[in-house]
Amino acid sequence: MDINQIPIPNVSPNLVIVSLFSLIAVVTGIGVVAFNNPIRSMLSLVANFFTLAFIYFSMGAEMMGIQQIVVYTGAIMVLFLFVIMLLNLSTDSLTMTRKFDVKPFLAVPVGLGVFALIASQILLPFKDTRTPSAPDATAVSVGWGSPQALGRALFTGYVWPFEIISLLLMVGIVGAILLARRRVEA
Amino acid sequence: MKDLGQGIEWLSIHQPTTLAVIRVLLMIVPVLVIVPGLIWYERRLLSWMQDRIGPNRTGTITLKNGKKIRTFGLLQPIADGVKLFFKEDITPAAVDRFLYFLSPAIALFPAFAIGGTLPWGPGHGIYGLLTPVWGSEIGLLYLLAISSLGVYGVVLSGYASNNKYSLMGGLRGAAQLISYELAMAMSLASIILVSGSLKLTEVVSAQEGPLWGVVYGVQNWFIFTPFGFVSAVIFLICMVAETNRVPFDLPEAENELIAGYHTEYSSMKFAVYFMGEYAMMFIFGGVFGVVFLGGYNIVPIRWDALAGSMPGYGAMHFIRDANYWLAPLTFLAKCAAGITFYIWLRATLPRLRYDQLMALGWKFLLPAAVANFIVSAAWIMAQKLWGWQGALGASVAAIMITAGLYSAVKRAMNAGTTAMEKRTLALVEGTETVPSVRAVELV
Repeated sequence: MDINQIPIPNVSPNLVIVSLFSLIAVVTGIGVVAFNNPIRSMLSLVANFFTLAFIYFSMGAEMMGIQQIVVYTGAIMVLFLFVIMLLNLSTDSLTMTRKFDVKPFLAVPVGLGVFALIASQILLPFKDTRTPSAPDATAVSVGWGSPQALGRALFTGYVWPFEIISLLLMVGIVGAILLARRRVEA
Repeated sequence: MKDLGQGIEWLSIHQPTTLAVIRVLLMIVPVLVIVPGLIWYERRLLSWMQDRIGPNRTGTITLKNGKKIRTFGLLQPIADGVKLFFKEDITPAAVDRFLYFLSPAIALFPAFAIGGTLPWGPGHGIYGLLTPVWGSEIGLLYLLAISSLGVYGVVLSGYASNNKYSLMGGLRGAAQLISYELAMAMSLASIILVSGSLKLTEVVSAQEGPLWGVVYGVQNWFIFTPFGFVSAVIFLICMVAETNRVPFDLPEAENELIAGYHTEYSSMKFAVYFMGEYAMMFIFGGVFGVVFLGGYNIVPIRWDALAGSMPGYGAMHFIRDANYWLAPLTFLAKCAAGITFYIWLRATLPRLRYDQLMALGWKFLLPAAVANFIVSAAWIMAQKLWGWQGALGASVAAIMITAGLYSAVKRAMNAGTTAMEKRTLALVEGTETVPSVRAVELV
């Protein structure tokens, strides 16, 4: 057989890498709900966020990816871990006895419906795509995922939502302090 | 030298992968080679500071004629390494096996991941191709992100060991790292404002401008600028806390927690923790060098500009080229300075108490870093609007207004309370014939 006759699959190395990371993300995503041990479950979520960040990196959205790591993997998940360890949840106390419930039977069709709805919207632009890239890579300028571009967008077009969200966070902080502080008898 | 540069350029065009592998090796191999040396260096320096001798004779060879070949104990780390390799590797029965094996690897990972973004030389010429491994657009954020991942190594080992002391160490580690992460990020934020980029190579080139924008021949290393100095002090403290070193080594406090989170680890798994800690110290020394000490420049003098403005002086060109070719060594020296600082701290300071540690992080470092951030942002804004004279005037006005407000608020708060009585007391000094009397005010 002539070596030139073998069809070369139209796959770029980038696609292979993204597929690999996507696979890991899916597997760890299943792990989050499948593990009985809360620590394992949480670590699956950490791995999931980490691989998501890698997918963002591979698409050139560096800022997005690093936010994913800083905010979720580095801060929020560490706090989760901290709380789980402090409560010292053991696997035994979480094992539940299974009894008949109608919810799983309802959940399957509803979940599939939601999945179909989202997939029909997301998957359409990816038709015939061979390399992962931004949906509209030709229309946006070079360096669309850079900190500069993100900063400009946040402080020009989206400045009001941005400021309102920061106010919301401030309220959250103040609320946390109010709830956690020692009650002083007047 | 030019041929070498061309050769590497040829390689980069034809074999980007090969070049990437070379870059990775050039970063990882020195760190791995240096780490055992660091342990020897720490033990010798510490013993010298504590008036002891320390490990100075491993590997001394006595020849037949009675002559001795001394290695100053440099072979000690090799002996240590051999010992650690051949020690029995005990896995306690009650551990969570998967996490127990995973966590040393996680502890080692951040040091190398951060090291990849540090530039060991200028961006032009051959160094531009060989370093850094990843010239990331988001260098400083990446650094913060990855260094915050180091906490998983500590926490997971504490959990997986299934030992109360380990768990305590892990929890302490988590709380400490989260607390100091914030202050570190805020101290770096003002550097990002000033250099206008997250890229580490651009942070260095921002420091190659004239000092304060006015002194022509001197480089603007950020540690010489007021905001940069404050940032540097905060960063230095946070960096010691992030690496779990004395005086912030509460996660492994020997007198309370046996060995903290790595109590249950032995043999090579313990060695991996050890290696991770030292590699992290080395890399953080490098980060401090890059961000505050002008990176790969030997001294804060702008040889480039001087050589350009004084074409007659060949010496200037020579020094400029020397500065260029010595760049990796300079960088290494800055890392070594960082390590020396760590060891000096270890010899000097006792361990903090836990509440002191938290109070320092949250009540002093974080507010100071945020204040520094706001001040430098305001300065940059004022300078853009009114030039540096205007900015100077504005800052003087701001200081006066702040002081006025502060005193007004203080007065208002003290308004209801009665002021403390003031008393004067006369002290009699001097000889009996010539008494000198001075009044001392007591509050």
